[in-house]
Amino acid sequence: MANIQVSTKINGDTYEFLCRPDETLLEVLRDRIGLTGSKEGCASGDCGACSVMLGDRVVSSCLVLGAEVEGQEVNTIEGMADGGNLHPLQRNFIKFAALQCGFCTPGFLVAAKALLDKNPDPTETEIRYWLAGNLCRCTGYDKIVRAVLHTAEEMRGQARG
Amino acid sequence: MKYLAPTTIEGAVRLLSEASGSTRILAGGTDTIVQLNAEQIEPDLIVDIKRIGEIRGITNENGGFRIGAAVSCAEMTEHDGVRDLWPGCVEAAGLIGSTQVQGRATIAGNLCNGSPAADSVPAMVAAGAVVRIIGTDGSRDVAVEKIPVGPGKTSIGADEFVHSIFLPPRPERSGDAYLRFIPRTEMDIAVVGVGINLTMDASGVCTAARVALGAVAETVLLVEEAGDTLIGTHIDDAALDNLARAVSAACKPINDKRGTVEFRTRVAGVLAKRVAKIAAERARG
Amino acid sequence: MADIDRLEKVDGFKVVGTRPNRPDGVDKVTGRARFGADIHAPGMLIGKVLRSPHPHAKILSIDTTRALALSGVKAVLTSDDFGDVPAMHQATLHNVMAHNKALYEGHAIAAVAAVDVAIARKAIKLIDVEYEILPHVTDVDAAMAEDAPLLHEDNFTSGIDPKPSKPSNIATWSEFGHGNLDEGFSQADIILEREFTTEATHQGYIEPHACLATYSEDGNSEIWCTTQGHFLVRDTCAALLDIAVSRLRVTASEIGGGFGGKTVVYLEPLALALSRKAGRPVKMVMSRSEVFRSTGPTSSSSMRVKIGVRKDGRIIAADAHLNYQSGAFGGFIAMLGAMCAYACYSLENVRATANEVLTNRPMQASYRAPGAPIVNFAVESVIDELAVELELDPIEFRLMNAAKEGDRSSYGPVFDQIGLIQTLETARDHPHYQATLAKGQARGMAVGFWFNFGGLTSVSLNVNFDGTVTVSVGRPDIGGSRAAMCQMAAEELGIPYDNVRTIIADTSSLGFNDTTDGSRTTFANGLAIIRAARGAIRDMCARAAKTWDIPEEAVEWVDGCARPCGSNAGDFEPMCIAEIARKSPKTGGPIAGHHEVNAEGAGVSFAVHIADVKVDEETGRTDICRYTVVQDAGKAIHPAYVEGQYQGGAAQGIGWALNEGYVYGDDGIMQNPGFLDYRMPVCSDLPMIEAKIIEIPNKGHPYGVRGVGETSIVPPLATVANAICSATGVRMTQIPMAPPVLLKAIEKNNKQV
Repeated sequence: MANIQVSTKINGDTYEFLCRPDETLLEVLRDRIGLTGSKEGCASGDCGACSVMLGDRVVSSCLVLGAEVEGQEVNTIEGMADGGNLHPLQRNFIKFAALQCGFCTPGFLVAAKALLDKNPDPTETEIRYWLAGNLCRCTGYDKIVRAVLHTAEEMRGQARG
Repeated sequence: MKYLAPTTIEGAVRLLSEASGSTRILAGGTDTIVQLNAEQIEPDLIVDIKRIGEIRGITNENGGFRIGAAVSCAEMTEHDGVRDLWPGCVEAAGLIGSTQVQGRATIAGNLCNGSPAADSVPAMVAAGAVVRIIGTDGSRDVAVEKIPVGPGKTSIGADEFVHSIFLPPRPERSGDAYLRFIPRTEMDIAVVGVGINLTMDASGVCTAARVALGAVAETVLLVEEAGDTLIGTHIDDAALDNLARAVSAACKPINDKRGTVEFRTRVAGVLAKRVAKIAAERARG
Repeated sequence: MADIDRLEKVDGFKVVGTRPNRPDGVDKVTGRARFGADIHAPGMLIGKVLRSPHPHAKILSIDTTRALALSGVKAVLTSDDFGDVPAMHQATLHNVMAHNKALYEGHAIAAVAAVDVAIARKAIKLIDVEYEILPHVTDVDAAMAEDAPLLHEDNFTSGIDPKPSKPSNIATWSEFGHGNLDEGFSQADIILEREFTTEATHQGYIEPHACLATYSEDGNSEIWCTTQGHFLVRDTCAALLDIAVSRLRVTASEIGGGFGGKTVVYLEPLALALSRKAGRPVKMVMSRSEVFRSTGPTSSSSMRVKIGVRKDGRIIAADAHLNYQSGAFGGFIAMLGAMCAYACYSLENVRATANEVLTNRPMQASYRAPGAPIVNFAVESVIDELAVELELDPIEFRLMNAAKEGDRSSYGPVFDQIGLIQTLETARDHPHYQATLAKGQARGMAVGFWFNFGGLTSVSLNVNFDGTVTVSVGRPDIGGSRAAMCQMAAEELGIPYDNVRTIIADTSSLGFNDTTDGSRTTFANGLAIIRAARGAIRDMCARAAKTWDIPEEAVEWVDGCARPCGSNAGDFEPMCIAEIARKSPKTGGPIAGHHEVNAEGAGVSFAVHIADVKVDEETGRTDICRYTVVQDAGKAIHPAYVEGQYQGGAAQGIGWALNEGYVYGDDGIMQNPGFLDYRMPVCSDLPMIEAKIIEIPNKGHPYGVRGVGETSIVPPLATVANAICSATGVRMTQIPMAPPVLLKAIEKNNKQV
């Protein structure tokens, strides 16, 4: 199984890496690039803990081959804060206690940001269905949904202001 | 294992025809990579078709839509034209997996995975969708219901792959719908799926109906007898009861971790009535 | 002078009861926090486990030759690599690596360490195992049958006198209760006797088990792992590998959920043994399938409950018998179930008995209030049915029979100050319970109990030269507990929350700490931190006294400062913590507090849950439309995380009630070892979960804290079942109440009506 050379952009920076043909983007991010913020909870696309942006789509990085991202742009949880400034979702997840163990949190944040980028004014139901692919076993989702609702409101306010 | 991503149809055909071992086509990867990760498959070659420009888009063709094999479900559900013409097919495609899966999964892949529980397939069968297959011998167009031949098995040759799926133009006063039963609200495989596509005349009488069922047999079923129960009726309660009976009678399900024979048979009839109502509503406009 | 043993509640809290940002928050929202699998060591190998494909089989031979010959393979491990261990660790050893027999599908048979994951995977397939397949049993009732295949030929039921003459699959018998049942039932006007079954569930933490072990040539070794208790990992691994406890240092990673499932070792001893053989660090991470097939499920069960009431609504006698399936090795969870069965009720005649039953399933592990939700489903279903028979409001009926202070509990001890009645009254008066039902919906409720625990605890608290404080605790923070630790230290010291940081220290830095389980962390760590802080305060007062040259007794600690008090103390400006700390090199050296204790006095807690549900009677689907948890926290240190515990427990219980469950085929193989078909609630399955905190102080804690983590999973099974019964008229006796099961019951009921 000869390794494949891949060139890609991750969080705005250019990376070149070698990977096995059957190696997933998640494995590449975690084991080759050292970006361990994306988590493996299932390797079957059922938990969302490995969510990243591939181009303008949120995807499960466990269901993307590393070789596929040649020439593409990948954005991970590590690229979500703007330098030292947390994204409003990150800030509000802390404020609203929307995490307990925190393992699913990166995936939720990436997926929630993708939602707000697309729909700045989602209903509770829209949030719940958009995030249905992100499993959280700790919180019962209540505080996560509240944090997303609040962030949307806050960001709309800033956009208007 | 090798991974190759040809940029032309010809390049892909050549790779497939020259391949000696087992080969997998990679479109969205939401089934194939799951199987790879679980070590259920160990192909010698993976051919990623997403870099072939020709199959990456949705094109209007004679009043219908040709959906390239590399078009993701998210792209399909965001396409106003397809959504207006075939809302049932779009809803079915939109039910496949999570938001994360939607950004990658394709209806061509959903079909080629060969699962009897595939959500988009009953809707496409009801719609009379036509699959364009490309291979060494050129291309051929096949009715979608002819593709699955058994669980995990399709009629597509080892040297062939799906180029696109054509959702045909349709008469006025037509409507389609798809519903599935799952225990949760999301993220499950259909325990039963029902797709119905029908057309009415100006007086509200159903003139054509196609009913397709998922997860109740070895492959998705096109049940002509079920469609017949609606034709000539106003899709009233009596017709719906007949539909439910015909649908339940056509079911040949199994007991498994997702449902029982009894449950699937019963719920297929229940869902068929609900789906027919939605489709009729849409046909009436 | 600060009295470190003062236990009365402090009034006028300044930090406790507020909702500050958690100290590990930023790390966790940026992806920076390091969990079990997020670590890498130079020269690291990857370990993988070969697992039994059979539920029950004799291992005739294991040939590792082909695996060892594969280039890149550095070590292969089998049970031969482990020596004899003390009896108390034998089951653990035989669970982490099968010894002669594979006892369940997924049981570890051998392990390899290789230079990368691809080679390790390949090597696993090159290990040749010869099995003799044995008959298996996975059902709890079938396992108790006379002719059932025996898991352990040497298992004679314990807890029975005299010892049984024949071995069986019943590991343990236990019995609790008091009074005279026959007499009680003879006075009853209504007696209901019902049978129930529940299927096994998994804790379902999203982070799979993971560890990195390094065994050094000089005999010192280290483990990094995701665990609820790194001291337990240390002591267990040291025993299994026969190394001195002092030579093994275990560091707990951030932990991605546990719920009881990470109170057991699985990979850690294998990784350490592989590292010892290979001479290189070994990292091991489970797949999701391995997590389901080889770790921690709960019991499945069959139960019989019999309750007698008088017409006036008084429960006069209650009996229960539980059979809990415990997997391949015995445990204690059926016993806990029996203890919890009737703990909510004030009863004169009560008994609960339990069998712990061995089967060819993975060894059960604790799951949040282990044993309690199962029996609660049975008991609270019958209580609900009795309330209907008596035409009483279900909460009023429970209030008429509720346990209260001074009552002898059904499991033995006499209750101290408890909050059951207030919890029930709050639920009764809650807007949810009072609300008119939406069309097509129905309501159910249930009440639940959990003990809560204390246990071995050791903490230290260091006052830095700038007056900030670092607290070291020995229990992993699984749900935000570091914030509560900082709050309690800040409260006691009278300094801002932001001036305290709490870390989870490794096993070489503190005395032994019991695992983060039993809802003990905030209670027991808190108790110790408060006392450690009081120790530091006493020292700081002494330093001030020395500086001022006045008696120590003449100094008091107020709002983070020492100040003179009393008539003869003299007139000095208060000396605050930063100043005392800065001067500490000259007044006696660093200032610190520490406390070591076997914490007793954890207060029991009760919860009432209310659910509004909608049932699709044509498909058997149940939707949860509204859900409320009312629970006694004693004192909520960080209310947001207390609410989070209530909400999380409720969500897990709802999943258990409706769709979660192990599915076994006749072949004894688990059919749904993944999140696709092991159906935990997803975001769109649930409504907001209202969490109502009640605070009836626990006298055993200075601030009144009771444990809050577990009670919340106890009532949901019965709550949902009772709501489904209100909606459909069908009394479900089987968990999960999945659509095929519920639809069948509804249709059967419709035929009868």
